[in-house]
Amino acid sequence: MSMDPFERLPLPEPESSDAEALAPEGGNAVSDGGFLRNMFHVFTENKLAVISAVFLIFIVVFCFIGPDLYVTNQTNTQDALLNSTQNSPPSSAHWLGTDESGFDVLGRLMYGGQISLIVGFFAALVATVIGIAYGALSGFFGGWFDAALMRFVDIGLSIPVLFLLIALVTIYRPTATMLIVVIAAVSWLVPARLIRAETLTLRTREYVQAVRVMGGTRKRIIGRHIVPNSVGTIVVFATFDVADSILLLAALGFLGLGVPAPQTDWGTMLSNGVNFASNGYWWEIYPVGLCIVLVVVALNYIGDALRDSLEVRLQRR
Amino acid sequence: MLGYLLRRLGQAIIVILGVTLIVFVLSQLIPGGQARAALGPKATQSQISHFNILNGFNQPLWVQYWHYILGLLRGDLGYSYRNNQGVTALIINRLPKTVVLVGVSTLLALVIAIPLGMAQAVRRNHVFDYSMTAVSFVLYAMPAFLIGELLILFFAFTLHWFPSQPPSDASAWAVFTNPRAFVLPVVALAALTVAGFSRYMRSSVLDTLTEDYIRTAKAKGGSPRRILYGHAFRNALLPILTLLGLTLPAIVGGALIVEDVFNYPGMGLLTVQSASNDDIPLVLGTTLIATIATVVGSLLADVLYAAADPRIRLGGDD
Repeated sequence: MSMDPFERLPLPEPESSDAEALAPEGGNAVSDGGFLRNMFHVFTENKLAVISAVFLIFIVVFCFIGPDLYVTNQTNTQDALLNSTQNSPPSSAHWLGTDESGFDVLGRLMYGGQISLIVGFFAALVATVIGIAYGALSGFFGGWFDAALMRFVDIGLSIPVLFLLIALVTIYRPTATMLIVVIAAVSWLVPARLIRAETLTLRTREYVQAVRVMGGTRKRIIGRHIVPNSVGTIVVFATFDVADSILLLAALGFLGLGVPAPQTDWGTMLSNGVNFASNGYWWEIYPVGLCIVLVVVALNYIGDALRDSLEVRLQRR
Repeated sequence: MLGYLLRRLGQAIIVILGVTLIVFVLSQLIPGGQARAALGPKATQSQISHFNILNGFNQPLWVQYWHYILGLLRGDLGYSYRNNQGVTALIINRLPKTVVLVGVSTLLALVIAIPLGMAQAVRRNHVFDYSMTAVSFVLYAMPAFLIGELLILFFAFTLHWFPSQPPSDASAWAVFTNPRAFVLPVVALAALTVAGFSRYMRSSVLDTLTEDYIRTAKAKGGSPRRILYGHAFRNALLPILTLLGLTLPAIVGGALIVEDVFNYPGMGLLTVQSASNDDIPLVLGTTLIATIATVVGSLLADVLYAAADPRIRLGGDD
């Protein structure tokens, strides 16, 4: 089994000259057709990852196209309160019942899922981009510059993420955009450290030395050689980080600090649902709980398979 | 060993100083400034400037930071205008409750995870190993609040075995005098870490079993039991201490959620409540204290590591 959560800890990787010699040679690893085909092959060998990918596509279609097929009111609280029964069990009119405001739960799953997926994806994207820039600069220039930048990362990582996140959400009112910024602001530290470690090993490689000898600028070395060769690390991290961001947003929503009503996200829905846990309104708890867990598990399996297929070093070991 | 400890202590102090700087910067980011946050949106311009002069918020930033640090050294974490009380006074009786919750559940997690990880390593790739691995992955993917809510639904509402929340007036030590009320929160927090710890213990034991000294012990005719407990166990345990220090921020964050789910009046619940009240000084105060507690906890884990590892204890190179 390779999906070990603690492979993701930012521990220093053991150096192995043998493994390094097997790393992809030359500049842009992405545009190589053979590499891509090989990657696809290794990925599809992992049945769980393929199932996860299919499931994820289904969830995206469900959240973004579903509302066109299963039309429900999700924005007008007044109308929902007046025209439907609150907390009604599943029926032919409301396939998964209604919540405490009379909103249709199935429609709300789609509507809240849009926010959860969008915030999760873009927060991970922003965090990864900041992390790449910070880590690549730190690792490339080295010396006291690197030391100072990395001490800052150490300091940031020692603050419990949820406390920092809550402090930021209290200062800036949570809208979907602000949540993306705030979640990214607490999660760029780990990719910064990963990319820095990657840069430190890459900048001593022969082909990077060769570019330097040929008079390549620093900008060219970082942009054309170091970042593209870290693409495996980056993509794998970003996949896991989408899952983590969805969980962070769910936690914020659960604490009552998610997007303001009548907007919703999966965490907020769950938080509202558990208020009625003792009443037995299961349709307000289990479907949304299942959505969060399954999406997170699926993303973790995909990230795992991507690591196997992108890390050429691991493949041939 | 002394050199190592001093260096480690120096690092911890630098980290704490850095965190105070971050918290200070956060307090400067409040839209409209602290005056607006304290006086409300209806305050006039003259009220605001009066407030700023009174609190020294009109001085240069580095002077303000210096006063902030001096205040911290006196134990002054700022003032909660929503509660009309000093932040320190509000935090002081919440902190022990969180420390006890984190301590007891981390201990429980270790007591479960260490034997579990060893058993998995010894029966590697057997049914037991696979099923425990599957359980670990499910636990790892479950958000803290979901574990907590499911525990409440099942053990409190359906089976009525344990109360769904500890008494709100309980002291920090009630977890020992009235353990039944604290079973669910402690188990919920332990469940978060048990998966990671047992996975790590499993691979640590597997790594240790390939070491040369294990082969030597085998060659000398040591029984499997003696090799496992006498030679492998303590060496495999060392990385767990490092992991403990690294995981502590995540455990403290998990405690925040667990406190909210079970209405346990610790630092986490205080933070969540003050966030809903827009009480920014209180949120920043709990963030700072939670971080310092985490840094001190990690420092203790490293000191334990240093005491347990002869390579450091006898004054080697780190």
